Amino acid sequence: MNALIRDIYNSTHEFVRTFGAFQLFFLRLIRHSPRMIVRRPGLIVKQIYNAGALSMVIIMVCGLFVGGVLGLQGYANLSRFNAEDSVGTVVALALIKELGPVITALLFAGRAGTALSSEIGLMKATDQLAAMEMMAVNPVRRVLVPRFLGGVIAMPFLVAVFTCIGLFGAHLVSIDLLSVDVGAFWQQMQLSVSMDDIREGIIKSFVFGVVASLLAVWEGYNAMPTAEGVGRATTRTVVISAIAVLILDFMITAVML
Amino acid sequence: MLRRRENWLKALDGSSENLIEIRDLMYSRGSRVIFKDMNLTIKRGEVTALMGPSGTGKTTLLRLITRQLVPQHGVICVDGVDISSLNQAGLYEMRKRFGMLFQNGALLTDYNVFENVAFPLREHTSLSNRLIRHVVLTKLHAVGLRGAADMWPSQLSGGMARRVALARAMVMDPEILIYDEPFVGLDPISMGVIVRLVRRMNDALGITSIIVSHDVAEVSTVADCSYLISDGKVAASGSPDELHAANSELVRQFMHGMADGPVAFHFEAPDYAEQLLGRDAE
Ligand SMILES: Nc1ncnc2c1ncn2[C@@H]1O[C@H](COP(=O)(O)OP(=O)(O)OP(=O)(O)O)[C@@H](O)[C@H]1O
Ligand SMILES: [Mg+2]
Repeated sequence: MNALIRDIYNSTHEFVRTFGAFQLFFLRLIRHSPRMIVRRPGLIVKQIYNAGALSMVIIMVCGLFVGGVLGLQGYANLSRFNAEDSVGTVVALALIKELGPVITALLFAGRAGTALSSEIGLMKATDQLAAMEMMAVNPVRRVLVPRFLGGVIAMPFLVAVFTCIGLFGAHLVSIDLLSVDVGAFWQQMQLSVSMDDIREGIIKSFVFGVVASLLAVWEGYNAMPTAEGVGRATTRTVVISAIAVLILDFMITAVML
Repeated sequence: MLRRRENWLKALDGSSENLIEIRDLMYSRGSRVIFKDMNLTIKRGEVTALMGPSGTGKTTLLRLITRQLVPQHGVICVDGVDISSLNQAGLYEMRKRFGMLFQNGALLTDYNVFENVAFPLREHTSLSNRLIRHVVLTKLHAVGLRGAADMWPSQLSGGMARRVALARAMVMDPEILIYDEPFVGLDPISMGVIVRLVRRMNDALGITSIIVSHDVAEVSTVADCSYLISDGKVAASGSPDELHAANSELVRQFMHGMADGPVAFHFEAPDYAEQLLGRDAE
């Protein structure tokens, strides 16, 4: 019994400690950010390219198919109530409020997040971060901040691309394949999607961008400096990002209802 | 504790020929004690060699001196300043006076050789590109790798990478150069060149050098003073000649590379025969 209580205490202690360290780490990144934005915008642009442009293809492919499937399902189910003209509305709301931000964040964690954490972990394992320390260059500022900001900035754009391509995919399926009326498709969408819906999507994409980038950078920076440690950090990045994104999605949706 | 620390600092003020002073250093990793009551002095303007069996903590000692690691106990002073008292800005100011060659080179993999060497210049100075080019090529030339300026770290051999890292360590003209195993993986020709380079920089520019090496012969040609570190302590110190002449068993064993003697060649382990026969498993 005592052992059980001690175990619970220890793991709670460990969790609180790690979570506290994580928050401090976040504040450290934030504190160094303004200076890097002003002084070294080039470094950030490079990381936006790494996180954003290089993820573009998978985002577009996935967006196209997710949009297409929404079109199919929407048509199949709405036509039971003779409401197939609302396909556009259903697809747009689903993409803008939920699927755009969430699926993009999951893909981002898998593509850009893993790249970030393994890159940083490897830099640590090969003493590159220590070498920077010795050259009086703060690796948090020089290496982590640009990568974090790059991810944060890239994410909303990726979400926007995903959503637009998704709508295009739905258009292809429902209009060209299933012959829903074009006018109805777009007009219904225009009438029922409000600015609030778009705002919700933007807020989510921003939050997910911060969380996914932060977790990737954190895991890489705290990886054990071995091949195995880097591998484990990479896996943890994907798993924890996915869980965090889904939980936060629920919370934000509940709050914004 | 505090009072003793003040006394040390007072004692240090007078003797400015000591650049780095380590007093009563205690450092352990987990339950493994790496240094215990270690005292060591590095004189300004000299080449000091740190020697010792593999795994005694030479690299660890370098990391302690540059405060990449923090000791559990004891004081490390650089130029009379207790480095544990520095804040981050102060620490970075101090590190600008250091150049360090890491054991594996530690080149930045997303920059090529030229940019690696230029890295400290670009971070800390606002020199024009032409001037940076000039400085970098000079340093690369000194280590014989001017021709490799456009190569990437992954294309270099281990010895080349370490020479590039040496050029990078020198590029800010530091006061103190720390070399972690600079001679490993160098062919005799580059080795000769690098040894002379170390010596020449020391004499011409008044740099203080700290060299970690196992290479007794090379160290003898270049060092003014050697410390032999074993079992978490300084086991012997003195000029290479003094060490060679020393009649302590431990020093003789190390300087002449004998397997038997006070330094165990084996890492702590259970009894060999017992372990082979699997007795301790029962
Ligand atoms: N990250 C670490 N975690 C735990 N123990 C470590 C770690 N790094 C080093 N050690 C231990 O500290 C001791 C000293 O290591 P160090 O790298 O300083 O040795 P060294 O004298 O430089 O050896 P070598 O000549 O082989 O480079 C070793 O016994 C090693 O087991
Ligand atoms: Mg070592």
